Amino acid sequence: MFGLKTDWSLDVLPRYFTLEDYEGGTARWCPGCGDHGVLTAVQRICRDEQLLPEQTVCVSGIGCSSRFPHYMKTYGFHGLHGRALPVACGVKSRRPDLKIWVATGDGDCCSIGAAHWVHAIRYNMNMVVMLFDNNVYGLTKNQTSPTTRPGFKSNTHPRGAFLPPLNPTLTTLSITNVSFVAQTVDWNPVHVYATLKRAYDHPGLSFVRIMQRCPQFTPMVFEDAQRDPSLILLLEDPKGVVADEAGTKIYKNRLAHDPGDINRAREVASREDVIPIGLLYANPDNPRYEDMSSVGVDVTIEDKLAALDKELGRFAI
Amino acid sequence: MNDGQTSNSGGRAAHSPKVLREAIVEIVSDSGEGAQKAGQSFATVCAKSGNGVWTVEIIPAEIKPPARSRAGASGIRIRLGSETVTNMGDEADLVVGFNEQVLYGRIMNSAFREGTIILLESKWATDPDEQIRDMYASAVEDFHRRGLIVHELAMHEACLAYTPNPQLGKNMFVLGMLCWIYQRDVELAKKEIVSIFAKKGEKVIGSNIALLEGGMKFARENLTYCFDVPAMKAKRDLIVTNGNQAVGLGVMASGMDLVSMYPITPATSATHYLSGVFQKAGGFIHQAEDEIAAIGFAIGASYAGKTACTITSGPGLALKTEFIGLAVMAEVPLVIVDVQRGGPATGLPTKIEQGDLFAALYASPGDAPKVVMAAATIEECFHMIITARKLAEAFRTPVIVLTDANLATGQTPFPRPRPVEDWMEAPIDRSPWPEGLAPYAWDEETGLSRRPVPGQRGGQYVLTGLAHTGQSHVAYDPNANQLGCEMRSRKIAALAQTLVAPKIHGDDSGDLLVVGWGSTIGSIEEAVDRVRGAGHRVSSVHLRFLSPMEPGLTEMFGRFGRVMTVELNYSDPPQGFWGNPEYARRAQLAQHLRAQTLHDVDYFAITPGQPLTPGQIERVILAKLGEMGVVERGAAVATA
Repeated sequence: MFGLKTDWSLDVLPRYFTLEDYEGGTARWCPGCGDHGVLTAVQRICRDEQLLPEQTVCVSGIGCSSRFPHYMKTYGFHGLHGRALPVACGVKSRRPDLKIWVATGDGDCCSIGAAHWVHAIRYNMNMVVMLFDNNVYGLTKNQTSPTTRPGFKSNTHPRGAFLPPLNPTLTTLSITNVSFVAQTVDWNPVHVYATLKRAYDHPGLSFVRIMQRCPQFTPMVFEDAQRDPSLILLLEDPKGVVADEAGTKIYKNRLAHDPGDINRAREVASREDVIPIGLLYANPDNPRYEDMSSVGVDVTIEDKLAALDKELGRFAI
Repeated sequence: MNDGQTSNSGGRAAHSPKVLREAIVEIVSDSGEGAQKAGQSFATVCAKSGNGVWTVEIIPAEIKPPARSRAGASGIRIRLGSETVTNMGDEADLVVGFNEQVLYGRIMNSAFREGTIILLESKWATDPDEQIRDMYASAVEDFHRRGLIVHELAMHEACLAYTPNPQLGKNMFVLGMLCWIYQRDVELAKKEIVSIFAKKGEKVIGSNIALLEGGMKFARENLTYCFDVPAMKAKRDLIVTNGNQAVGLGVMASGMDLVSMYPITPATSATHYLSGVFQKAGGFIHQAEDEIAAIGFAIGASYAGKTACTITSGPGLALKTEFIGLAVMAEVPLVIVDVQRGGPATGLPTKIEQGDLFAALYASPGDAPKVVMAAATIEECFHMIITARKLAEAFRTPVIVLTDANLATGQTPFPRPRPVEDWMEAPIDRSPWPEGLAPYAWDEETGLSRRPVPGQRGGQYVLTGLAHTGQSHVAYDPNANQLGCEMRSRKIAALAQTLVAPKIHGDDSGDLLVVGWGSTIGSIEEAVDRVRGAGHRVSSVHLRFLSPMEPGLTEMFGRFGRVMTVELNYSDPPQGFWGNPEYARRAQLAQHLRAQTLHDVDYFAITPGQPLTPGQIERVILAKLGEMGVVERGAAVATA
């Protein structure tokens, strides 16, 4: 409190972090890949929020976008294909003090890691989960992903993908205890930043699907929406994603959407005529698993020994 | 009964107990009749009386198999002795059977011998269903033919005096009978009842005590014999647990922060036990969505500087393989407990096997050296978790602890551990990270390195499952991968340097050395003692470390004429099928030892789904000695 502490300048050494403090070397993604823009947005949020680099952990699975942690100068965990979420939840479980960012792709999250996706949404642990959805497996060179559109010719389906794509946004909105779902598009850095910032501010698991093109294999997806901004539906609400108007003024097609209304959110997410961007749903009051899993982290060794001794006593003869 | 010091009165003189050195008792029933509860209580009473005790549960695969079916046999074996008891022994001396069909389940498992006393529920003789009456009558006849001593007893009817529903209360009645037959202190049994039914109130306690006393009275009035198995002389400060409870206690004693699991038999009861108490010891149990997530969650917590373990059984171990490889590659400390059951696939979920050795040692793709240990006793289930945690941290590696279904459900007394603070110390050095120190600053000799943990300023690095440099940067240089592999291997070699040679049971040299691992120790050593008693030059050695192996084995094996393993896993006949030994698939430890020691290691390994008995192993040893020409083949078979 002002006036109570006169020597504050002696023991509070200011640590001010610039963007460079979050930059972990040159990103090796292809030129033109949307991952670059997302990385920049996250680094900017870290800078703007002055996150302690040592208190920040980026967790990922396997795939192009899962190289994300390597390009941050925070702690990082680049693990197994599909398994980013169990690791991230484990990190958070007994260390709720850590800020966690998860990078996962459409194959990583919605295919090989689908079980963890469902359950991580339900655990609702405080972290930002970024789904880099470019509709294709890039790192393994052009295979059909769960979000690939029908007719798209890949190395695994040369005559075109057969099945209708999975809708990760709608799926996530159907999971019990879902607490935050937003969408954005990689070609609008202003909206990406605003969406991820809103996600960061949310107390719970914030699931953000980022629509992306892969310059190598799916440069044409979302081409129509890029060319014709009226195919984007901008969701607006004071509690939603509030982006700088300079970045969103091209979007004339807008919808006032209350992010507290899950049924409307599911309807909006189901639309196939337009790409809704912004905050679909947020509920800050959902239970968070770390509130239970971190109970007991401060139990002292003396208390542990006492509890153990009591237990051994129960088995004594 | 196995005759010990005999008393002149023998078994016939009423109410004058015949003194025995040990006794093997079984209670066998349909599932849900409480046989295990009664048996455990009897075992606890015996342990509290100062006897050595070992229990083995008889568990059908289903929760409620059809009544009166052979495969539905559910129950418990209790072996009690005047000395420490280390295994389930050979055939039963006395069996309480709730119906005649479940006893066939035990006969199929060679659990009885000529002279085994059968106390058989007789109500089936007058069952309204004619078919049941016939089955009962012909079984009793058959039991007599097999040399069993059958006493048909109207236990159900007698229970009616104390409870309207004998199916629920008969187990405590049987406990009473056993207390009288083995001359136990009834007060100890009453205390057990009070503790079992503490939550159900006075009325339930009262009626169960009435059943207990009724059982004692019934036995006194209907049986003409009773026995005494005198207690051990020295009474120490002991506790009685099963292996999974010991694992749970070990988890707490090791100061573990997190247990992450997915339900799987027979591992889950360890977390059942922990769930009631772990929070008080500062820990959390995470029930994950699957086996893969369970280990991933534990690895995440460990990466974040918390001590974590995951407890599973064979199929779960298979699913965790990729993550174990990651923990090896990225050097994440982690304890993985594998309570082995029969495999492959779903296999024998409730039965014992030692079939996961290869999976534990080799399952990962690529070169994935890690620490693998096997608990031999229930007591070791406790202490090994603490050792494993320390090794995991000191060597920055996953450690697999193998136990098995026999240890998991068996109960025996062991010295009460004396936990110390050091077991629970925080896992890592939390002092500021030295500037410029790499996250894998491998010591060239030992491969060891200090581990940074999130929150530690200046230690930021990206853990990766990709081949990496000491900086944890992706290895693009071919030498970097070779170096990483070598450093991870050096750690295991460094641990091997610290181990001591295992102790030999018996003489340091001789004709035959029996090598075992895991829960077979009691049966192997008892068998070795028997043949040594008959003058044979046989010793045994039991291995606790499977990776790295304990030192000195090659030299030790050279001091014996032959070396053979005794294991509970599958092997082809040593001469191979169709007489071609070239294709014979060997027992797992034997194969591993051959590779490590270049010694011609023989083996006896089978997969019956039940523990090996000392008698079985004794016959194997004698047959081996016969084959070696040390004893005449005929003589060996005759003795067996």
